[in-house]
Amino acid sequence: MDSSAWIALALSLKVAGCATALNLVLGVGTGWLLARKRFPGRELLDAALTLPMVLPPTVLGYYLLVVIGKRGWLGAWLYETFGMQLIFTWQGAVIAATLVAFPLVLKAARAAFEGVDPQLERAARVLGLGEWAVFLRVTLPMAWNGILAGVLLAFARALGEFGATLMVAGSIPGKTQTLSIAVYEAVQAGQDSTANTLVLITSITCIAVLLSSGRLSQARSAKVMR
Amino acid sequence: MKKFPSILLTLVLTTAGVAAQAAELTVSAAASLTNAFKALAPGFEARNPGTTLLFNFGSSDTLLAQISKGAPADLFASADQETMDKAQAQHLLVASSRHNFANNALVLIVPIDSAPLAALADLRKPEVRRIALGKPEGVPAGRYAKGALEAAGLWAAVEAKAVYATNVRQALDYVARGEVEAGFVYATDVAVQKDKVRVALQVPTEAPISYPAAVVAGSPNAQAARKFVDYVLSPAGQAVLARYGFVKP
Repeated sequence: MDSSAWIALALSLKVAGCATALNLVLGVGTGWLLARKRFPGRELLDAALTLPMVLPPTVLGYYLLVVIGKRGWLGAWLYETFGMQLIFTWQGAVIAATLVAFPLVLKAARAAFEGVDPQLERAARVLGLGEWAVFLRVTLPMAWNGILAGVLLAFARALGEFGATLMVAGSIPGKTQTLSIAVYEAVQAGQDSTANTLVLITSITCIAVLLSSGRLSQARSAKVMR
Repeated sequence: MKKFPSILLTLVLTTAGVAAQAAELTVSAAASLTNAFKALAPGFEARNPGTTLLFNFGSSDTLLAQISKGAPADLFASADQETMDKAQAQHLLVASSRHNFANNALVLIVPIDSAPLAALADLRKPEVRRIALGKPEGVPAGRYAKGALEAAGLWAAVEAKAVYATNVRQALDYVARGEVEAGFVYATDVAVQKDKVRVALQVPTEAPISYPAAVVAGSPNAQAARKFVDYVLSPAGQAVLARYGFVKP
């Protein structure tokens, strides 16, 4: 049982890692768009993208089943075109975790970008930097601390994701059975000793994530001070 | 803030009101009994005015785990003898109240629009990519399926394709959505999704699938719980179970 607990941990880290990487790109992009561009329906878009944070995970799980399931409108197309099936795969779990954690990055990134003084960007442009260079060398470094906080929260949220993941990816040991799902299964089956091992591993992992995120932000602020 | 105490008062009064009402009988029953037991409730409540039935459906092992941790269930109805034996070994039941009240059969189902499977050995075919069954450690239907597959020498092949469900109805749902190519459920479950799944074949099990029920030890409603077992065993109760496909024990 011990080895399967480690497999579940590795899978949890893989799913949460992929979801966080995706969210970093998507969340920073959308956060910048919402902070810097004016277009009709901007606040509506923000609200719609924040919805996954507010909706019960089971509702999200159901939406995902209906959309990316083998008979869902997107899922049916994927299956017929590429023979790709997302339900009961770890990629499906990544989609669920990404969706659930996305608002955390978006909110942090938008607030961080809004906190960057547009005067500085204008100054950089006057000094001859292109749009990309302004973003990469001025806006992003100044917003980074705020974004990083959101990304770490999103990683933690993705690591603990349960409801939508269980509905979309099921519980296949070694393939889609993440730590939180393995704990649920063990308790359901009355296997308390397995549950104890899993809960211990989960708790230690979460403490490690918290500690390392604390060190990371300390190191960063120390660097900024210098 | 003035409203707050009155809200509290209402809460206290409603809670007290519920407590003062006649008995609520909590029945923890196997997931496969969901529809049949819900249909039994009106008849039982009409014969026993003042008693309200509350159902808690789940896989039998889940229900046992809940009861062993002190869940306030009055009656336990399991989908297999093994789980009931475990409960009895832990002294969680009133042994004299244990009765078998129904039999069932295991079937292999496929999505309604898919190619048929002629034999259990067809599960080896590459077209069958995923097979849903209850997790054998926690779901009786999964244990029955595993036993039958082991007897047929197919367990290793099926295990590699298995998608485990936390109760038999979840396995049914996976097949109904077409996410798996086949699944193991009880014959009685098929009726719940009869426009989406069909039976490919009957699966013989080593032991007959029989459902026992027993009163939970220390239940404050033991009397009412025994009456419910009597009702389930009565001709009226058996007629309802038969309507949902269960066979007389």
